[in-house]
Amino acid sequence: MKRRIFLLLTLALLASFVLAACGGAAEPTAAPAAAPAAEEPTMAAEEPTMAAEEPTMAAEEPTEEAMAEEPMEDHGDMTSVGASAEGAASVGLTCLADAYNGQMQGTVVSMNGPFTDEDQVKFESSVKAFEDATGIDIQYEGSKEFEASIGVRFEAGDAPDIVDFPQPGLMATFARQGKIVPATDLVPDSWLSQNYLQSWRDMGTVDGTEYGLWQRFNAKSLVWYPKKAFEAAGYEVPTTWEELQTLQDQIVSDGDTPWCVGIESGAATGWPATDWTEEFMLRTTSLDNYDAWVAGELPFSSPEVKNAIETFANIWNDDAMVYGGTPAIVTTFFGDSPTPMFEDPPGCWLHKQGNFITSFFPEGSTYGEDYGVFYLPGVDPEYGSPFLVAGDVMAATEDRPEVCAVMQYFSTGEGIRGWLAAGGALGMQKDVQLDWYGSQLEADIAALVADATSVRFDGSDLMPGAVGSGSFWKGMTDYFSGAADLDTVLAEIDASWPQQ
Amino acid sequence: MTAQTATKKKRRISWGAIFVNVVLVLVVLAWSIPTFGLLVSSFRSRFDIQTSGWWTIFPHQEWVTVAEFTPGEEVDRDGVMTFEGVSGTFEELRAGIKDGSTQVIWIGNKRIGKVVVQQKEWTAGNHDFTLENYQTVLGGKTFQIQQPDGSTLTVQGDNFVNAFLNSLIVSIPATVIPILIAAFAAYGFAWMRFPGRKVLFIIVVALLVVPLQIALVPILKLYVGLDLNGTFLGIWLAHTGFGLPLATYLLFNYISTLPREILESAFIDGASHFTIFMRLVLPLSVPALASFAIFQFLWVWNDYLIALIFIGSKPDVQVLTQRIAEMVGSRGNDWQVLTAGAFISMLVPLIVFFSLQRFFVRGLMAGSVKG
Amino acid sequence: MEQITEPTEHRPVGDQEVKSRGPLDWLVTNAARILISLFVPIVTFIGLYAGFIFLRDSSAPKGVVAVVAIIWGVGGVAALYLVSNWLVEKLNDEWRAKIQPFVFVGPAVAILFVYLLYPTVATLRLSLFDRNGEIFVGLQNYIEIFTNRSMFVAFRNNILLWIPFGALFTVVLGLLIAVLADRSKYERTAKALIFMPMAISMVGAAVIWNMIYDTNPNIGMLNWLYTGITGNDPVAWTASNQPWNNLFLVVVMIWLQTGFAMVLFSAAIKGIPSDITEAARVDGATEVQVFFRIMIPYIRGTIITVTTTVVIFTLKIFDVVQVMTGGQFDTQVIATQFYREYFTTRNSGLATAIAIVLLITVIPVMIYNLKQFGETEAF
Repeated sequence: MKRRIFLLLTLALLASFVLAACGGAAEPTAAPAAAPAAEEPTMAAEEPTMAAEEPTMAAEEPTEEAMAEEPMEDHGDMTSVGASAEGAASVGLTCLADAYNGQMQGTVVSMNGPFTDEDQVKFESSVKAFEDATGIDIQYEGSKEFEASIGVRFEAGDAPDIVDFPQPGLMATFARQGKIVPATDLVPDSWLSQNYLQSWRDMGTVDGTEYGLWQRFNAKSLVWYPKKAFEAAGYEVPTTWEELQTLQDQIVSDGDTPWCVGIESGAATGWPATDWTEEFMLRTTSLDNYDAWVAGELPFSSPEVKNAIETFANIWNDDAMVYGGTPAIVTTFFGDSPTPMFEDPPGCWLHKQGNFITSFFPEGSTYGEDYGVFYLPGVDPEYGSPFLVAGDVMAATEDRPEVCAVMQYFSTGEGIRGWLAAGGALGMQKDVQLDWYGSQLEADIAALVADATSVRFDGSDLMPGAVGSGSFWKGMTDYFSGAADLDTVLAEIDASWPQQ
Repeated sequence: MTAQTATKKKRRISWGAIFVNVVLVLVVLAWSIPTFGLLVSSFRSRFDIQTSGWWTIFPHQEWVTVAEFTPGEEVDRDGVMTFEGVSGTFEELRAGIKDGSTQVIWIGNKRIGKVVVQQKEWTAGNHDFTLENYQTVLGGKTFQIQQPDGSTLTVQGDNFVNAFLNSLIVSIPATVIPILIAAFAAYGFAWMRFPGRKVLFIIVVALLVVPLQIALVPILKLYVGLDLNGTFLGIWLAHTGFGLPLATYLLFNYISTLPREILESAFIDGASHFTIFMRLVLPLSVPALASFAIFQFLWVWNDYLIALIFIGSKPDVQVLTQRIAEMVGSRGNDWQVLTAGAFISMLVPLIVFFSLQRFFVRGLMAGSVKG
Repeated sequence: MEQITEPTEHRPVGDQEVKSRGPLDWLVTNAARILISLFVPIVTFIGLYAGFIFLRDSSAPKGVVAVVAIIWGVGGVAALYLVSNWLVEKLNDEWRAKIQPFVFVGPAVAILFVYLLYPTVATLRLSLFDRNGEIFVGLQNYIEIFTNRSMFVAFRNNILLWIPFGALFTVVLGLLIAVLADRSKYERTAKALIFMPMAISMVGAAVIWNMIYDTNPNIGMLNWLYTGITGNDPVAWTASNQPWNNLFLVVVMIWLQTGFAMVLFSAAIKGIPSDITEAARVDGATEVQVFFRIMIPYIRGTIITVTTTVVIFTLKIFDVVQVMTGGQFDTQVIATQFYREYFTTRNSGLATAIAIVLLITVIPVMIYNLKQFGETEAF
């Protein structure tokens, strides 16, 4: 009796093994696919940025309308549309309205993303109200090896319902394989154009189809300084490139090193240098050149790129300008690099990094007292004051109603509101209100972004992964570690651009 | 040690013992320095770790401030300055002007700097040790989340207990199962003759070199088909598959060198292969089994990627390595928890090592040859 | 109890003997062999699977689930070996001799085929295709590997730096420590301390070694010593003086892996019958002679095994480099290049070709092992 059952089970399983093996064998063609940008996962850190295929980031538009956090008059006193069935229905978000009407009780939406720990808690608490109101359970799973694991999961057919991509380039890879449901299938086009700048929408578009839905961004062109000591020393916040240079020289002649720079980041070592390159590309040449460079049309070895790098390399290669001297740059963990700024007296006075860096500042240090922030001034007035940003894009792999509802929710300012209150994120949805920001810091940063004359997206994340998270990082590291001269490095980066 | 030999020989042996122990102590010391540094660091705050070396907890000579004052506006910072009877330029003062066991040093820049008189004194380091790193890993973090309505929500992060149990659930079967399967296979390759023996064995050894990353996609695909993804069974089998080449190879090496006479005499006594394997080979192979068990356990315990792919990292299933990695934060901002995390997650492998180490005993073979 | 009359009859049937029978018999024999190979894994799998569905759906406390899961998993595998052996031993002598080896090696081989061999074959196929695995490109990827400067550096690091230094020191130090510890009263403590780095997770190890190599002499111990002793400027150990910076990563690997070699050598040394070494000592052999004339020959097999394993580890070395430098500063090795191409650049053709090259580099090691294998004599 028992043996017969065994036999039956054995046969059944044999069959399923064979089937599975055949099914498996048929597919690996679709394996590691297309081009672009995945970051090397690292133990310690990842570049908190992202990429897009279409580097047509907004902001030739006048600034007032350019950035999302600018409160829109017509939303002035209105309750946010993402918070209720009526609000959602009024702008055509039908899935969301259905969800608020309780039609999706007990459903589950799985999500994957690269953020963990505090960010995960902030995210989960920010969707809590939505989950309570709709009965949809959003199960978020964050991991430190996101790029590797999401690739494996997509290829094995085990993708979650919604993926939070820190780089649109990575999303584009899966979009081209037909594994992503276009955002426009889930969220009405009219609402998207109402609530997003076209340039954001363009960045979520791959080969003419809009797949990604932007949820939050972070600002890069920021310089941090130890406010109390800074004021005690009588220094003033520079508003022009000349003032910044005067300040640097002043700090040097006062006997200190102005800058704290560190680009070590495990496998991603070098990425802060790519940010600096982008900042100075924006400040020393035209936006068209920037876009051409990001698209691979303007080579790294061109005088424009070389000039941009040399502009900041003048600082980096000067031992008197950098805390610990030039050799320390490549071996200092980017997150640890601002620490000397908080010593008493400060070991350095300036640190350029995105707004996320505050999570690395010593515990208990407060904005407005221990540290302040200013905009990295433009170099050439001709190019105005450009701003460098990065962000996170959501992509759905399923079109079930509850997935649709969650995506629609993310397309509203309400979807990011809790996170804005908790701090650490900026929203680009037009219905985001400035007073939603829970901290003065983020409100100030949002204002700085709004003052910019142009906004551009992190270039290295827009480039193919082989360059943007490969040879570009490595090249900058090689150059600043003294392993190769700039011309060699730039030629090598150009050579690594994949020919498609 | 046989001590009942001549005095001359005794002395030679004891000299030998001293030599052995001295060399051993040196090697062990060298080996322990990094571990010790990590241990010390695990009791320090991130700021301390980043600003002073862990070795400063040992008694050493350090400049200790005995007096400090802020020079007034009237002091010409670009000329030669005199403080406490010591004069020098800013650069000289900044580097510190030494006079015997005292030095006068300028700390900070010309604007907000101060002049400090220091004396070199012995100190064991005035360090603040903290249990915070351990508390964070063991008890989970506490997050204060500001809500849109202005209130503050306190969220207690997961503690390590659940992740710890998950690690045990993953590691124990993922250690025992491959050993069992590999032991049978090793015996088969060593002592049984069958067609394909050579080819299969060489495949096993060759698979040692396969980077397991290439197997992730095909296996996960298979699991999705069988609805095995996210189950402990799936990850046990994955670890079994990835650990088998080494297990088979190591155990083969050991089992194949067992004295042929023992097995022959057992056959003469009428034992079957299975009996010989269970009664004779397994007990004799205990040292090899124990050593492989230690390694396999370690790898599984410290694995991150395989667990992430096959069971994911949701709080109910995540293993200890994932828990600790997550605590470091999205961008690695809390890397100091890794120090305490390393020691907490090390405990179980060490227990395994100590408990299995007692199987490395002499004389197993000697007894059995005679018997 | 069965009666086996003569040991000679127990000799396994050689290949020729099997082939001399008819094709039908050959077919049946092999079918039976394959079936029995699959029997244990599959029945185990079903049993475990059923148990797990049950466990997954149960709401028992975590601790209880843990214990049940462990007993279920381990016990299940053990029980099924017992059952399949019991079945095989019911057969007549001839069939048992044909089938029984497959009860022993079958499950392992079956699992390896599914988990490693099949992925490897798929990899081989993909390595002949383009970056998306769509267009057949022949050996293009292999040509790329051998003409790319970055790959060249990776090969140089792996073959000229990691294997000679890393593998050699790991094996020699492991053996030395095992022998010394065996003669010492403090054996357990010493071995535990050498072993400890293995137990530290790679990320923990990276924290401390990054601290040791830190450029700031106030944090980096090596620079603290170096600047203190020589008065020179601090050195970025893992970044400058290429290619010798690789050796600082090799040191980390030696620190981590010596415990592995030591444990295996220690187990082997314990297996040397003490009467042999004692007899030699009584005969006046010096310790050095005992070591070279008795111990080394006795544990030769283990030395080969450990060396093979460590060489393969070193060829596959990944974690240390990835975590410490990410392959920057010309410290890349074959496995980090593979990882980069596979997960970052997403060039499946090139990545899989690198994996295949890795497999090919190990062929010399395998030929040597095959020779050793040929010397063993089965029943």
